[in-house]
Formats: sequence, C-alpha cells, structure tokens
Amino acid sequence: MSARDPRRDPRALRVVPPAGQSAWLTLLIAGAMAFLCVFALALSVAADRLAARWGEALSRTATVRISAPATQMDEQTAIVLEVLRTTPGVASARVIPVEEQGALLEPWFGPDLPLDLLALPRLVEVTEAPEGFDSMGLRLRLAAEAPGAVLDDHTRWRRPLVEAAARLRALAALSMALIGGATAAMVTLAASASLAANAQVIGVLRLVGARDRFIARAFVRRFTLRALIGAAFGTAAGMGALLAMPDAGESGGLLSGLGFAGLEWLYPLAVPPLAAVVAWAATRAAAFRVLRGVT
Amino acid sequence: MIELETVAHGYDGAELFSDVTLQLGDGSFHFLTGPSGAGKTTLLRLCYGELVPARGSIRFFGQERRDLGRDGLALARQRIGVVHQDCQFLDHLSLRDNVALPLIAGERPVPDQDVDDLMAWVGLEGHAQALPPTLSGGERQRAALARAVITSPAVLLADEPTGNLDWEMSVRLLSLLIELNRMGTAVLIATHDLNLIRTTKPQVSARVLRIAGRKLQLAGAEL
Repeated sequence: MSARDPRRDPRALRVVPPAGQSAWLTLLIAGAMAFLCVFALALSVAADRLAARWGEALSRTATVRISAPATQMDEQTAIVLEVLRTTPGVASARVIPVEEQGALLEPWFGPDLPLDLLALPRLVEVTEAPEGFDSMGLRLRLAAEAPGAVLDDHTRWRRPLVEAAARLRALAALSMALIGGATAAMVTLAASASLAANAQVIGVLRLVGARDRFIARAFVRRFTLRALIGAAFGTAAGMGALLAMPDAGESGGLLSGLGFAGLEWLYPLAVPPLAAVVAWAATRAAAFRVLRGVT
Repeated sequence: MIELETVAHGYDGAELFSDVTLQLGDGSFHFLTGPSGAGKTTLLRLCYGELVPARGSIRFFGQERRDLGRDGLALARQRIGVVHQDCQFLDHLSLRDNVALPLIAGERPVPDQDVDDLMAWVGLEGHAQALPPTLSGGERQRAALARAVITSPAVLLADEPTGNLDWEMSVRLLSLLIELNRMGTAVLIATHDLNLIRTTKPQVSARVLRIAGRKLQLAGAEL
C-alpha cells in the first residue's frame, strides 16, 4: 500500500478548478504593476545619484565675489588670494578670467555682451581640499582684510537641489507604495471573484472536513504563483525598456540617468518576490474573510 | 457521539421541528422517515454541523457545537461520513480523487490501494478516472458512499442514499451500510422508502424515527 505525504500531495492544490478569468487578470495586474514599479525604482535611484553628483560637484567648490572700485580691484584681489592661500582646507584658488565670466553670462545675455563696459565683480574660484575649510572663519577674515569680498560656498544652491532630490525619492517611494497597494487591491478583487466562483467547491471541502487553512492555501498558492510569474515578466520588460533608453549623455540630466548602474541592477530583482508577498497576503485575507461566511 | 438535546430549527421564522432529542451512539443504527418537507435533510444538516440549531444544543464527540470553533468543527466532520442526496462532488476532479477527497482535505495520507479497494467494493473499479458528470445517478450515489466511508468514520449520515438506485443496488448498498455498522460505525439514514426499512430491519437492530407534527417520534408497528 502506498500513501502520499499529504503536504506534498499535488491533489491538494487541484481541489480548486484551474484557470478562469482571475488567472489572466492576476498575471496581467502583476506584470503591469511590476513594470511600473521598476520605473519608480529607477527614478528613485536616478534622483539619488543625480543629487549626489550635483551635491558633490557644488560642495567641492566655492566662489569669492569681489566688488570694489576699479582702482582697488587688483589690490583687493591680491589680498583675497593671499587669505585663501593661507586658509587651511583650501586646495587652490584662481581668478576667473573675464572671458570665462563672459561665457558664463552668454546663455542669458548673448555673445555680444560688452563686458568691458559693465562693472562686473571679480570672481575667485576656490577648490576645497578633502578635509574642507571653515567657511565662517574665512568669511570673518575676508570681511576684516578685504571688505568688498563675499564668500559664496554654494549652500543656497545646494540646499534646494538636495531638497528636490529628497522629494523625488519620496515621490518614487510613494509611487511604489501606491503600486503595492493597487496590486493588493486588485489581487484581492481577483481572489474574491475566484472564491465566489468556487463557492460550491469551498462548501464541499468544508463538508468533508477541510480546515480553513487548507482551503485558503489552495487559493493562496495559486494567486501567489501567478503574481510571481506575472511580476517576473513585468520586471524583465521594465529592465529591458530601461536598457533600451537612448543615451542622452551628460546633458540629459535625469533622463539619461534613468536606469541602474552596476549592482543597482539587482534592485528590480526584488520586485517579483515582493509582488508575490503582496498577493499572498491579499489572497489569504480575502480567503479567510470569505470562509468565515461558510459553515 | 452526536447528541441532540431539545433541538428546534426552522426557516424564515417558521419552526420545522422542536424538542428533538437524539443520541447517535457507538454502533447505533437509525432510520429517519417522514413526509417530504418534514425536515429530514435539515435534521441531518444539524447532525454534521452545517446548521446551528435555533434552540437546544448539539454535541459532537462530547463537545458543544457552539464551542467547537471552525477548526474544531472541521475535525469533527473528519469523523463523520455524509452521503448527500445530491452527492456534492467536485466535477473537475476524477472520481478517484473525489472518493479520496476527505483524506486530501483532511491533510491525511492517501492510501492509494485502499481507495482502489473501496471503489471496487462499491462496484466502480472501472471508473477511477471518470469525471462525476459522466456517471449515472446510481454510480454517483455509490461513489458518494465510498467517499463517506474512506476515512472510516465513527458516524455515517446518509440522505436518501438509495434515491437513484434500483432495488437490487439499493439492497446491496444497504448491506454495505449494515456491514459498516457491524464494525462499530453509527449509522443514520434519512429515507422515505419504507420497503427498504422493512428489508433491513431483520438484519440489524435499527430504530426507526419519524418526523411528524414538528416532533421526532419513534415509529410504531405500521412499519
């Protein structure tokens, strides 16, 4: 006499009839949601990377702006350069040539700007050493020795960038949470429809002595597997779409950075298991809710 | 094993029966008769816990129905075999899997040879892979009996088990039930077939109960 291990008996899973519209619906929902989730994840990663790049570039440099009468400009510049040379944490300092200043203003005023007629302040670009400098101390020294010089350490530029990046990350996280919630809601609907369609099956199973967990398991396994498979396809499609994004180079900003780099490509691989967990929880809750109404 | 004490039940406020007291003890054999609509099926449904009585109490294997909880009720049902009037199969499963369903659903090992032997016992050895909708009424009824006894239940409840059978098959099925009863299984059969009861009575010490006038009574000598 042969007896199968009840936990491994495939007949336990077959007690629920196969297929039905809910099967396709779950596959489709999981696939679509995983596809969107990969993009939200990519957006989050890209925002993070871009903010880090901008922040790093801006935090490594500072500018000293010298506004003084033309007769004192060279003298003030020399003082500023000397102060900077003797300031710990300053790697180098250079006066930005007039032509370079013109290039900076060209996008706003055009190429024919008469720079020699304008009383432009002189700009000194300061490059920080890795240990950084004491900006408050430097400001005080400049105020004392070169009253027309103002230090701009780019804090006011950096802060909005960091805030924008944080908001982008929060938006991406919110998107992923919404995707997860929508997936759970739709899987719940599909599972409820399947449970309703199989009311007679559930009734018979209860009458022959099945416990709720046995009946729920038959539905939960099926929906979890469908969500896993659907999400795997959706994730693969999302990753493929990111790979196929055209390279817009550095000028593309966020657009060109939308994707993963190196080990970041492992992040989206977490999407299918997460979708399966969401489907598992949603189906289990739906199944037990329905079963409470069956004696 | 199953005890009903002053049980009353009805539908939509109308009482079907009241003050029903019944004990299905070890090795007992009961017939339940009465006109259509008298409440035979309802009484059976109370006996396997599908219904909760409006009044009175029902105990399964010493435990009050209301205190059992869902898992407790399921475990009690694993010790009760039921032959439903409409058989209640899962139409997408083979007959063999339907017969083994109480074991599968009860998460118990399925002894394949026992299932085959049981199907042969009820004369369905050639129908193992058939789907229930392809079977005749009599075959379905026999398969329902096989499913009811696959777990060697302590109590067997049968609702018109011979309703779709010819006389010869009815007698054969009854002899199977008597055989089970002799092995200690308590049997309760709801039927309106008085000939069947008369045929069975000489072979087994059976009590015949009748639902009449909303009461459960012991049937008299008219049988």
